[in-house]
Amino acid sequence: MNYVALKMLFGDRPKYLMLLAGLTFSTMLIVQQGSIFWGLMTWSQSGITNVNAPVWVTDSNINQVEEIKPLADTTVNVVRSVSGVEWAVPLYKGVQRARLRDGNYEQIALVGIESSTLIGRPGKVLDGNIEELRSPDAVAIDQLGVERLGGPENIHLGTTFEINDHRVRVVAIVQTQKSFQNFPFVYTTYERALGVTPEERRKLSYVLASPVSGVSPEELARRIHEQTGLGAFTEDQFGWKTIRWILQNTGIGVNFGTTVLLGFIVGMAISGQTFYLFTVENLPQFGALKAIGASTGMLARMILLQSFTVGSIGYGVGVGLATLFGLTAAGGGRLPFKETWPLLVGVAVALLLICAVSSVISIRKLAKLEPAIVFRG
Amino acid sequence: MSRNPPSTLNHETAHWLVQARGVVKSFGEGETRIPVLKGVDLHVGRGEVLLLVGPSGSGKTTLLSVIAGILESDEGEVRILGESILELSASEKTKFRLDHLGFIFQQYHLLPTLTAVENAAVPLLIRGVAKHDALAQAEKVLGSMGMGARLAALPTRLSGGEQQRVAIARALVSDPQLLLCDEPTANLDGETGHRIVQQLHDIGKQHDRGVIIVTHDTRIFEFGDRIVHMEDGRVDQIQEGQETPV
Repeated sequence: MNYVALKMLFGDRPKYLMLLAGLTFSTMLIVQQGSIFWGLMTWSQSGITNVNAPVWVTDSNINQVEEIKPLADTTVNVVRSVSGVEWAVPLYKGVQRARLRDGNYEQIALVGIESSTLIGRPGKVLDGNIEELRSPDAVAIDQLGVERLGGPENIHLGTTFEINDHRVRVVAIVQTQKSFQNFPFVYTTYERALGVTPEERRKLSYVLASPVSGVSPEELARRIHEQTGLGAFTEDQFGWKTIRWILQNTGIGVNFGTTVLLGFIVGMAISGQTFYLFTVENLPQFGALKAIGASTGMLARMILLQSFTVGSIGYGVGVGLATLFGLTAAGGGRLPFKETWPLLVGVAVALLLICAVSSVISIRKLAKLEPAIVFRG
Repeated sequence: MSRNPPSTLNHETAHWLVQARGVVKSFGEGETRIPVLKGVDLHVGRGEVLLLVGPSGSGKTTLLSVIAGILESDEGEVRILGESILELSASEKTKFRLDHLGFIFQQYHLLPTLTAVENAAVPLLIRGVAKHDALAQAEKVLGSMGMGARLAALPTRLSGGEQQRVAIARALVSDPQLLLCDEPTANLDGETGHRIVQQLHDIGKQHDRGVIIVTHDTRIFEFGDRIVHMEDGRVDQIQEGQETPV
């Protein structure tokens, strides 16, 4: 009877399309909003992921990566003294003003990395040589910086601009993950970063550390915290700490959660109601099938097949449309959009739930259906 | 005038396809309880075309539903092919209907998104017969009913008479021994209705099947071997038709 069930489904074109539209819309909305949400969360961790260090050491009361709590310069040596540390280097991180040659100002995220090792440098260099950061006035700028500071025709290798009235020169164009605040990243050496930023007693933002072979980053973070009282986190721990802070202190989680819930409810309402209508309008036919000899179990299987078939198609189309959105509207990192497999699995589970609930409503109706109705004219 | 039914229900009376005795059925409870069947006796033999007639509310359709095992009677006994239908479980009744009974409804109840041949094949598909074989069998039955040229038509493209012939093909495709027809001519013009009942009559005679037709249509009375008149939940009169059953 699978054949009959599918012909009943696809043959009733208006209801099929209505069901498909409801489930597709629901899937698309959840995937799109979920992907944007996760994209934003990814951006929020870019300050961590762009640096790529196993362990981050900072003030123990830190909440999230963008909240800088300056440390004393001696902290680097304190961390180096902890057993299990292979290396520990300083990192400067802060928002500064860049003045362009045309006189305009732009906020930038300045990152100062240790000059001898360049630990904390971005993973991908698009143009130039990152090693030249050691040369006088040298900075590396990311692709967003190129765009923000005037485009490739104005910002290229050799271009100069000012940070807090200090002249700097672009020696490399690098690729980074955009930040939550959407500031361009500008890299330079730690020492130069201290030189171009306003005077403060403490300027060390973080100490980056790595464990020796045989010690895990988690273990090293635990040792540093226990032995120094400093806050020490692995890359993952610090990332999640940042995400938790954002969820607790901004309305982002509630906003996206509401939209996702709305998508779920709309999908449930449209598909549930349409499927129920589909069943109710076919009650005499289902009654006839029951009278002829189809069991309630068989009719239930037919309903489930119809529901999950249209659900699968709706899921495929919805994910496809959301992905298309991600590739076009959000392509090239213009918008935060990160479609992950756990999200797709979660949406599939949500859709299964919608289909199951819609089916159960119809099956209950069919279970109570007396085939005798077919003899009532 | 009337044929006397046997005094007791008997498994060995193989001649009788349907043996119903003392069937009582009411709807509702307490003060709203409405007795619909008040002790009905009815027997249908092989090759017999029995017309069940009477005014609206006389209990014809309820009796048909009880015989089909779709409704449970409150009292009495119903045997179909010697099997006590009231003693079967719900799933056994469902299987029994599938294996032994054919249904023809006033409103046809064809699935609107299935073609004529697919509609006719439905009972076989319910049985789990492979689609290809079921469609081939349905095509054969429809062909024998003069519907060979309309196999791929959807019900909305068929006339009332054609739809009823598809419904008859659906009832016959699994070769049932008893056909239960509810007002099969109610929505048809006189000539088409006549032709449809002629086909039902021939089907009953040629294959030794029993045919019960609930009807108000006096124009088809000539096709009944017996005409059972019901009145107020009881068999009021049994009238012999033009032909006698085997």
